Amino acid sequence: MNWNLFNYPMNPPQASNFASEHDALFYAIVAQAVFFGLLTFALILWFAVKFKKGSKADRSSPQYENARMEFWWVLVPTVLGLATFFWSTKIFVDMRTPPKNAKEIFVVGKQWMWHVQHPDGVRENNTLHVPVDTDVKITMISQDVIHAFYIPAFRVQFMTVPGRYTQLWFRPTKVGRYHLFCNMYCGTQHSEMGGSVIVMPKREYADWIAQNGQVRENLTAAQTGEKLFNKIGCGNCHGANDLIPRGPSLRGIFGKSRETTDGRKWIADESYIREAIMRPAEKVTKGYGLTMPAYDKTFSEEDIMNLVAYIKSGASQSIPTSTIAAAMPGIQARDLAGKAGLNSNAMQFNSDRADATPTRRGSAPSVGALAVEKGDQQ
Amino acid sequence: MSTTVKTEVGGMEHFHTNPELNYLTNGHSIRSWLLTEDHKRIAMLYLMSVTLFFFIGGLAAAGVRYELMSPAGNLMESETYNKLFTAHGTVMVFLFLLVAIPAVLGNFLIPLMIGARDLAFPRLNLLSWYLYMAAGTCIMLAMLAGGADTGWTFYTPYSSMYSNSNVSLTLLGVFLGGFSSITTGMNFVITIHKMRAPGMTWFRLPLFIWGHYATGVIMLLGTPVVAITLLCVIFERTFQLPIYSPELGGDPVLFQHMFWFYSHPAVYIMILPAFGVISEIMTAFSRKRVFGYHMIAFSSLAIAFLGFLVWGHHMFVSSQSMYQAVIFSLLTFLLAVPSAIKVWNWTATMYKGNVVLSSPMIYGIGFQGLFLVGGLTGPFLASAGNDVHLSATYFVVAHFHYVMVGGSIMGFLAGLHYWWPKMTGRLYNESIAKWNGILVFVGFNLTFFPQFIVGWMGMPRRYHYYYFAPEFTPYHILSTMGSSVLGVGFAVPAFYLLHSLFKGEKAGDNPWNAHGLEWATSSPPPTENFRYKVIVSDDVYDYDPVAEHENDMMAAGGKA
Repeated sequence: MNWNLFNYPMNPPQASNFASEHDALFYAIVAQAVFFGLLTFALILWFAVKFKKGSKADRSSPQYENARMEFWWVLVPTVLGLATFFWSTKIFVDMRTPPKNAKEIFVVGKQWMWHVQHPDGVRENNTLHVPVDTDVKITMISQDVIHAFYIPAFRVQFMTVPGRYTQLWFRPTKVGRYHLFCNMYCGTQHSEMGGSVIVMPKREYADWIAQNGQVRENLTAAQTGEKLFNKIGCGNCHGANDLIPRGPSLRGIFGKSRETTDGRKWIADESYIREAIMRPAEKVTKGYGLTMPAYDKTFSEEDIMNLVAYIKSGASQSIPTSTIAAAMPGIQARDLAGKAGLNSNAMQFNSDRADATPTRRGSAPSVGALAVEKGDQQ
Repeated sequence: MSTTVKTEVGGMEHFHTNPELNYLTNGHSIRSWLLTEDHKRIAMLYLMSVTLFFFIGGLAAAGVRYELMSPAGNLMESETYNKLFTAHGTVMVFLFLLVAIPAVLGNFLIPLMIGARDLAFPRLNLLSWYLYMAAGTCIMLAMLAGGADTGWTFYTPYSSMYSNSNVSLTLLGVFLGGFSSITTGMNFVITIHKMRAPGMTWFRLPLFIWGHYATGVIMLLGTPVVAITLLCVIFERTFQLPIYSPELGGDPVLFQHMFWFYSHPAVYIMILPAFGVISEIMTAFSRKRVFGYHMIAFSSLAIAFLGFLVWGHHMFVSSQSMYQAVIFSLLTFLLAVPSAIKVWNWTATMYKGNVVLSSPMIYGIGFQGLFLVGGLTGPFLASAGNDVHLSATYFVVAHFHYVMVGGSIMGFLAGLHYWWPKMTGRLYNESIAKWNGILVFVGFNLTFFPQFIVGWMGMPRRYHYYYFAPEFTPYHILSTMGSSVLGVGFAVPAFYLLHSLFKGEKAGDNPWNAHGLEWATSSPPPTENFRYKVIVSDDVYDYDPVAEHENDMMAAGGKA
């Protein structure tokens, strides 16, 4: 079922084994609710008119108690409630019982980021690559406060709690890119603790793992750096513009002057960028907090050279697609901008503001600008 | 007319009140208000304070709604946004919803309805207002000092170990408010047990009293638990006492159990008094005894009891065991039944009545429509399987606003309109009030219905930005537009009610021609409530719809 409001979807995409049964139960309860809600409210309004004081309607032998009728009023909701309960419990028990041979992926929640570790050693941040039609079990823990790992398109959600492991499982059924959210309030940047779940065809996923998280292609250093940039999810904090308060945009920063929180000024050259990736605590850009983990043990020198090459090239091509407007399953960016009737000023938004600080949001673009930005680059 | 027997009685001299005076005119000094032990004056003090806090909470809500109109925000930073929704939730829940109907209408009406001189412990009643004001002061000071950013649920270990905001002061406020609630609840329960007039048997009690009795029991049994739970958060924050934080050796989920053990029944503290109000209004404006009196009375008690056994349905996805979740889900479905009974009983009350669509009735019907939606969206969340997806999304936000705002606030407005002439002795502009009731209903639905859809699509609550999910935008725009309408709907009564206070027509003792002891005394009532000794000899709600209809027909026939 796909319903729309002004060409906006009215229901989440169905992309896992749970989605269709979950939705069937959802719509069954909708049917009950609509039936009883409309029936009761219609009766209230009808009685208000029919038995309006002074109307001619018959008032003889009014009733004040009627045990038989009230028995039905108890029985009907009880029976319907129990039926719904058994159905929903079946779904819930399925959701809480991962198959024995499921592929296990580990997730650590941390203010305000998801770290994902695949069994084969591949790691990523704020993105989760999974193969289609494969049972996947996520084992999670939080490093600080309680978070919740939530993938609406899969209809799965569970809290990550510090000090204990929790689990959820799913079987993706549709290739695509879906939202990944943190759905338990966890502090200042709670709303930005998320990213995408990318469901890949099985073979592509195997290649991706074999290439340590990269897709097999002949690429330049900058392109390889871009792949790595996207794989690790750098763009979740370093966006196409300074909209994201976790980290500054890296677009076109190469060779520019940067100021760190300790007041020192730097030229963003290769060694500055390398240092900022490996030991970010040493080079926190003015206006930002230290949210970035150190990558000195994650990346090889080769990786870092590729990343530097990418940032040197302008870091402009894929950031917006990976971070801002891409996670829009089932909806085309151009349709959004065009049919929602957003004004043209919004579309002329210039995202290339290297000097913008994250605290001033006066010129934040509307959704149209973001969507068009995506469209332009496709 | 009420057939209550009233005999004039001697021996009232010790009140030394002038028969010309009512409770409002009996003393004009500020001292006479601030040190009053009269339940009616304390109710008025509460009315002024809850109104103030309601508008403060409402301003915070407006900030949240306008910020969400755009996916990347445009008014404030995330930190400010988080503090705003926390302020909205904390003020609305602890300083308005838990207090509004019981402490204003309950305080005013319980002694009047049972024919008592006052509540059992008048000084304790005054103390409860001071505790409430102390709570309000703490929460306001915390807001002025920068606010708390934990959400009104104060989940640990964020609230106890990580938040750098004014959590302790806010929690101290909630803690004090808890004691205000405990004293009020105790006063109600004891008053209803011990102070009923001769002849006022349990099954002659108006349903408003039954609703408040059940509320009082929940306040007494539940509030101490949340008070100590929140105190433990303060201790962990201040002294690193190991309770909730795993770093110190505590259990973060323990907080959720103890918090919801109170906070789910607290929903019934907010809604049971509203049920009481609606039962009174449906019967008074259908001019017919309420259908299934005993069923409604017992369903209030059933809700109060079962309400304590369902807290785990807030925690289906928070690491409690699967079997626990299943049991909580089952109990939650059972709890839905008594609420359903009430709505159908009210509907049946109108059948073969003589319905008068006065403004309280308009608000009352509005309540029924909104509470129906709130109630019927409960099963989605009671279903553990569905709640895995819907938990903590805007679907939940919409659901509990339909219950809290649609239920509790509409009930409060309905009751305020119904008893305003009794409380003040004045009439307000009836047609503005009616149209405003419709405006609130429309504005409310426009605000919160889109949130069901956006929540179903997966929009998490407490999100400042959603630029990564632009498909949520139209629903937020609709919701913000609706909230503007709703804001007007909530502001307008403040004007016409205030106007009526000074310029309103004199109401007379019983402008609605309603039955019940509170309508048998003068408006506003004298300080001692009744100038007579009250003896009750007839059943509650002794309307005669058949005779009244015949009279109406004769009157109409006579004119024709």
